[in-house]
Amino acid sequence: MAKVIFVTQNNGSMEVEGDSGSLMELAVANGVAGIDGDCGGVCSCATCHIYVDPADFDKVGAAQEVESDMLELDDKVTEYSRLCCQIDVSDQIDGMTFVVAN
Amino acid sequence: MQFSAEELHSNNGAVVIVGASHAGVNFAFNLRQQGWTGSITLIDSDPELPYHRPPLSKKTLQSAELKSTPLKAEKAYNDHNIDFKLGNKVTAVNHLTKQITLDDGQCIHYDKLMLATGCRAFIPPISGLEVNDSLNNRSIFTMRTYADAQAIKAALINSVDKHVVIIGGGYIGLESASSFIAMGAKVTVIEKQPRILSRVTSAVMSDFLTELHLNKGVELLTDKDVIEVKPLANKNTHKQVVVCSDGTEYCADFIIVGVGVRLNTQLALEAGVDVEQGIKVNEVCQTSNEDIFAIGDCTQQFSSLYQRWIRLESVQNAVDQAKLAAQFLTGKLPQGEPVQHTVPWFWSDQYDCKLQIVGLSEGYDELVVKQESAQQFSVWYFKADKLLCVEAVNYTKAYVLGTQAIKQNLLVDKTALQSGDALSKESLFLAVSS
Ligand SMILES: Cc1cc2nc3c(=O)[nH]c(=O)nc-3n(C[C@H](O)[C@H](O)[C@H](O)COP(=O)(O)OP(=O)(O)OC[C@H]3O[C@@H](n4cnc5c(N)ncnc54)[C@H](O)[C@@H]3O)c2cc1C
Ligand code: FES
Repeated sequence: MAKVIFVTQNNGSMEVEGDSGSLMELAVANGVAGIDGDCGGVCSCATCHIYVDPADFDKVGAAQEVESDMLELDDKVTEYSRLCCQIDVSDQIDGMTFVVAN
Repeated sequence: MQFSAEELHSNNGAVVIVGASHAGVNFAFNLRQQGWTGSITLIDSDPELPYHRPPLSKKTLQSAELKSTPLKAEKAYNDHNIDFKLGNKVTAVNHLTKQITLDDGQCIHYDKLMLATGCRAFIPPISGLEVNDSLNNRSIFTMRTYADAQAIKAALINSVDKHVVIIGGGYIGLESASSFIAMGAKVTVIEKQPRILSRVTSAVMSDFLTELHLNKGVELLTDKDVIEVKPLANKNTHKQVVVCSDGTEYCADFIIVGVGVRLNTQLALEAGVDVEQGIKVNEVCQTSNEDIFAIGDCTQQFSSLYQRWIRLESVQNAVDQAKLAAQFLTGKLPQGEPVQHTVPWFWSDQYDCKLQIVGLSEGYDELVVKQESAQQFSVWYFKADKLLCVEAVNYTKAYVLGTQAIKQNLLVDKTALQSGDALSKESLFLAVSS
C-alpha cells in the first residue's frame, strides 16, 4: 500500500492511494491533470512525465535507456524527470511527492 | 480561412459527441479544460467505460485477468461535467433541425456536433466468413473492441488444440499472433500480398518482422488468397477449415479476421457533409458544415507537413485532432497564424520488440538503414534530402532523433547515419533545411 501526492501545474495537490499497477495508472484512475498516458503505459508517448523530489530520487532510481531517450522529446526534462508509467506503485514509494511536468 | 468572431468566442452551447474512444473522450476533456461552459454529451454504442484500444491485441489479451485499460476514471467524467451515454447508438442526424436520434428513440439537440465515429473491422466477402456476435460457440472473430478481446480469450481457453488462423498480416494480426504465441497457442497467419505489412512499410521492415515471427514459431504464409471458410466436416467440434485459392487448407480452432477497416461515415453522409476516403475536414477539423466537426480515424485532412490529404489510424492522430478542435471551438488558437499540424507517430509491440515510427514513409526515394545489432536497428526514409519517416526497432534513440529532425525540419547527414558511429544530435543534424 502506498500513499503518494501529485502536485499539478496549476499547483493543485492530490493525495492518492494504491497498491498495484503503475504510478501512471494510479494518476489516471484519480484524474490527475497533466498525466494523459496516451500509449496506455508502454513508454511510447511521454505524456506521463513527472519530477521526483530530489531527496527521494534514490527510492525510484534513474530511468532505463528507452525511458530516458523518450524523455528527450519533452523540452521540460530535468535530471529528476521520470515517465511515471515506468514506476510501480509499491511500499517503496509510500509518502513520496511527484510534481506533474505538464 | 476566415473564422467568425462569434465562432471564436462563444464558449457555450450544446456539444454532442458521437463516439467515445481516443478521439471523442480526449475532445470532451480538452473542451472542458479549455473553458467550454455549455453542455457536453458523449455517446457510444459500446457499453464499456471508454478504454485504450492498442492494448487489446497486446497486453489485454495476454494478461491472466482480463480487464480493459480505461482512458479516464469514471469519476473524472462527473468532475468535468461530461454527460455520457454508453450502450446507445446514434441512428440519425438531422442537420437542418440540428438533432441526433438515439436507438432508444431519444432526440438530442446540438449546437456543435462532433463525429468521432472511428472505424470498424472489415469482413471481406468470403464464403463462410461471417462474424456473428450472438452465436454462443463462435469461432470467427475480429479484434477491435474490448468485447472482441473477451470473446477471443474465451475461445482460446475453450479450444481443444489452441490453433488459431489469423487472416491478414497487418499490425493487428501480427500483434495478436505474438500474444497468442505468448499464451502457448499454435498460430498461422495468412497474408494475401507477397509480404506482410506491404501497404504500410518497406521490405526491410517486412523482412525483419517475418523473420521474427517465423523464429517465434508462427506459420507465416504470404501470397495466399483465402476463398472460403467452412466448418470441419463430420466432426463434433467447432473447428473451421480455411481454404485458399491454391487449393491449400488450414484447420483452425478459431479464426481472427484482421484485413483492415471500414470507416463509420454513415452519419456524416446523412448529414450531407463531404466524405471521400474519410470525412473531409479542414485544418481545424471542421467538416463542410460549419457546425459539424470530425476527428480521429474517420477523418481525412490536408497535411501541411506532407502537402497531401492523409487519413491516419493512430492514437496520436485522434488525440492531436481532439486538442486542435477543442482549441478552435474555445477560441484558443492563435489568430492569423497557420495551424501547426503535428508529426504523426505510431508504435507496435510484438514479442520483445518495440517498434516506434515517426512520420510517413509514402513517397520516399531513398532509405538508409542504421543497424546496431540484429534486434536493434532503424530505417530512415528520405525524399531527396528531406527526412520523411523513421522506423525504429528497439532503438528509441533513433526514434527520438528522427522526431526532432522532422519536427524542426533539420537536414540529416546521411553519411553520418551510414557510418558505424553511435547516433547523436551533434553528428546527425547538419542545419535547418529549407
Ligand atoms: C487492436 C488494435 C490495436 C491498435 N494498436 C495501436 C497502436 O499500437 N498504436 C496506435 O497509435 N494505434 C493503434 N490502434 C489504432 C487506434 O486504436 C485507433 O487509431 C483509435 O482507436 C482511433 O480512435 P477514434 O476515437 O478515432 O476511433 P475508434 O477508436 O474507432 O472509436 C470510435 C467509436 O465510435 C463509436 N461509434 C461509431 N458510430 C457510432 C454511432 N452511430 N453511435 C454510437 N457510437 C458510435 C464506436 O463504438 C467506437 O467506440 C489499434 C487499434 C486496434 C483495434
Ligand atoms: S503512458 Fe505513454 S509513456 Fe508513459
